[in-house]
Amino acid sequence: MRASRVLLAGAAGLTLILSACTTDAPEDPDGASADGENGGELTPDAEWFDQAEFDAQLAQRDIEPEGPADEPWMQAIEPEWVDTADFAIDDPEDAHVCFSNASVSNPWRVTGFITMEQQVEALVDEGRIGSFDSSDAADDDNQQISDIQAFVDSGNCDAIIISPSTTATLTPAVETACESGVPVVVFDRGVNSDCMVTFIHPIGGYAYGADAADFLVENLDPGSTVLALRILPGVDVLEHRWAAAQEIFGDSELDVLGFEFTEGDGAQIKDLVSQHLQRGEVNGIWMDAGDGAVAGLEAFEDAGQPYPVIAGEDELSFMRKWDEEGLTAIGPVYSNFQWRTPVIAAGMILAGEEVPAEWILPQEPVREDDLDEYLDRNSDMPSLHYAKFGGEDLPGFPEAWVDR
Amino acid sequence: MSALRGGTGTVTVLLVLIFVVIATQNPSFFEGPPLMAFAKKAAPLVVLAIGQYLVIVSGEFDLSVGSLVGAQVVIAARLIDGDQAMTYPVIGLMLLFGLLVGLVNGLVTTLLKVPSIITTLGTMLILFGAVRYWTGGAPTGALSEDFRVFGRHGPDGVPVIGQLPWALVIAVVLTVGAILLMRSPYGRSLMATGDNDTAAAFSGVRVWRVRTLAFVGSSLMATVAAILIGGFAGVTAQVGEGLEFTAITAVVLGGVVLGGGRGTVVAAVLGALTVEALFTLFNQLYLPSTIQPTAQGLIIIAAVAYASRRGDLRLPERLRRRPDHPNERQLDSSRR
Repeated sequence: MRASRVLLAGAAGLTLILSACTTDAPEDPDGASADGENGGELTPDAEWFDQAEFDAQLAQRDIEPEGPADEPWMQAIEPEWVDTADFAIDDPEDAHVCFSNASVSNPWRVTGFITMEQQVEALVDEGRIGSFDSSDAADDDNQQISDIQAFVDSGNCDAIIISPSTTATLTPAVETACESGVPVVVFDRGVNSDCMVTFIHPIGGYAYGADAADFLVENLDPGSTVLALRILPGVDVLEHRWAAAQEIFGDSELDVLGFEFTEGDGAQIKDLVSQHLQRGEVNGIWMDAGDGAVAGLEAFEDAGQPYPVIAGEDELSFMRKWDEEGLTAIGPVYSNFQWRTPVIAAGMILAGEEVPAEWILPQEPVREDDLDEYLDRNSDMPSLHYAKFGGEDLPGFPEAWVDR
Repeated sequence: MSALRGGTGTVTVLLVLIFVVIATQNPSFFEGPPLMAFAKKAAPLVVLAIGQYLVIVSGEFDLSVGSLVGAQVVIAARLIDGDQAMTYPVIGLMLLFGLLVGLVNGLVTTLLKVPSIITTLGTMLILFGAVRYWTGGAPTGALSEDFRVFGRHGPDGVPVIGQLPWALVIAVVLTVGAILLMRSPYGRSLMATGDNDTAAAFSGVRVWRVRTLAFVGSSLMATVAAILIGGFAGVTAQVGEGLEFTAITAVVLGGVVLGGGRGTVVAAVLGALTVEALFTLFNQLYLPSTIQPTAQGLIIIAAVAYASRRGDLRLPERLRRRPDHPNERQLDSSRR
């Protein structure tokens, strides 16, 4: 048995050594170029980067949207209005609106779904729609396909709203819903079809990632080190944010140390940031989503290091920390108020009013100068609530969001 | 040298090996503060591994600890809601809740004879679902500074190491406590039950009570781990996810045989430190996060295979029997 013992010991040792070899020399000591380093690769992956879409989203940030400025959920960037007279029904006050939700598996979606339910209450009170029904697929594509099919088969839905869990897999299900003849509204993530009456979404992931990266480039000296914290790989909305950041960091003189996947878990974020701080300075933190930003900042506190320049999100625990500590920070926004728009659009379509074919909502980050205003407006709200939820004028405010 | 016998040999060698590689990558790791940061991060898993050890050595599993940690942190945040005065009452409540979950796990497993893997899987889902229902998917409230002291702070100004984390103190105290417990009559009964519960029953051990207490111990340890994790990093929606498997991995890596009756507390603690050291090593090596689970799996299989070849993990007689002797199962065993 001696031979096999040696073999096993060798295998264990080899694994350790191999993992050491392949990733040796992790740091480029002079920091001149981060290219080619593991994790510090600054050329976006072609699978997740579309130059034309990137340019379009960056340009959309500067376009004045049409619509009332105090109701951003009704605004649209460069809308192409489509006629919906064919979908108008005689008695919208009795209309039954069905919603197939991908999930409420993260705080952003929880906040949004509450806003949507309160918006429904308002629309029912106004007689714009009659009743509302939703299904939750818990991030399962197959579940959502059957949820949509069930809505179609029931024949009770006068309009179907869909927030797809993934793009390609849900496309046929959305097309099935379109073929049933009732108006279909898609929002948040898209599908590869234009059969729906309107597709509602904020500007997008590239703009989000670019807002964050631009801020770091503007507020850090050349040669400063930046650590990127990402939730997980392979999700398009998150990959787009990182691709945009890679594009911008690649043209800057910042030294990107690399990126880490954290699963949004505070303990992992704090541990990873602590370890980077043991090996050297970190001057800036870029995040693809802001939950857990506070845990990252605590790692600096516990290590006795100055706070970094940080891009978080419009999530309240981060914004409160930003205010208390006077951080140099930005809160990029993936507009949470977009959850209001689909039900409003359904009401408009059933009344035969025009809607934009692609309803692009504004997406404006929270900056230093409007931090106080947003903290004020959300002073009763709990952590993990999103400041730009846009539901202040809805029935049930603020209790519905406070007691979630 | 006695530490290298009795099952802890391989894990000790692996831990030293990992620390050596870390040292080559980052020599400053062994200066005081970074090492204390590692201790602070590793303490919750050490505590969880002690709890899981108690259950595994008695021949059962506890899959509910990850969900329990998540539930406890969320409950604490919601009830404390930033109010310092609520800290200790809520910690008391958490311990009671942990006690209750452990009792349910233990009694359902021993008296209703539901296999523990099913019982605790059920508890895991019940807790996960209940917390999501209660919070609507997003935890609310905040932990108080007093609550966070245990996982985050400690006495400052200690020579060499700077700050002595409370988390380290708690983990050491619980480890010593568990070692003493395993040397007590209860510990011997627990070990005997895991080795062969029929024989233990014949020699007067009340198997159901011994096992139920092991589940209670595991849930209480999960509660302490929740206090440490919540203190370390605050509240996030994902807290506790997947911890049950990390804890089981730690215990198995330490050389405690699944199926019970073998292994020491020290081995489980070393296993937990090894798992945490592996995470740190991967990070120091800038190993892509995507490949880390694969490397972790390879190392664990190789280490356990090596240990069993060495004889560290010689299986109890009962498990080495050939299945083609049906007569041997004649004794009516309370094992399922």
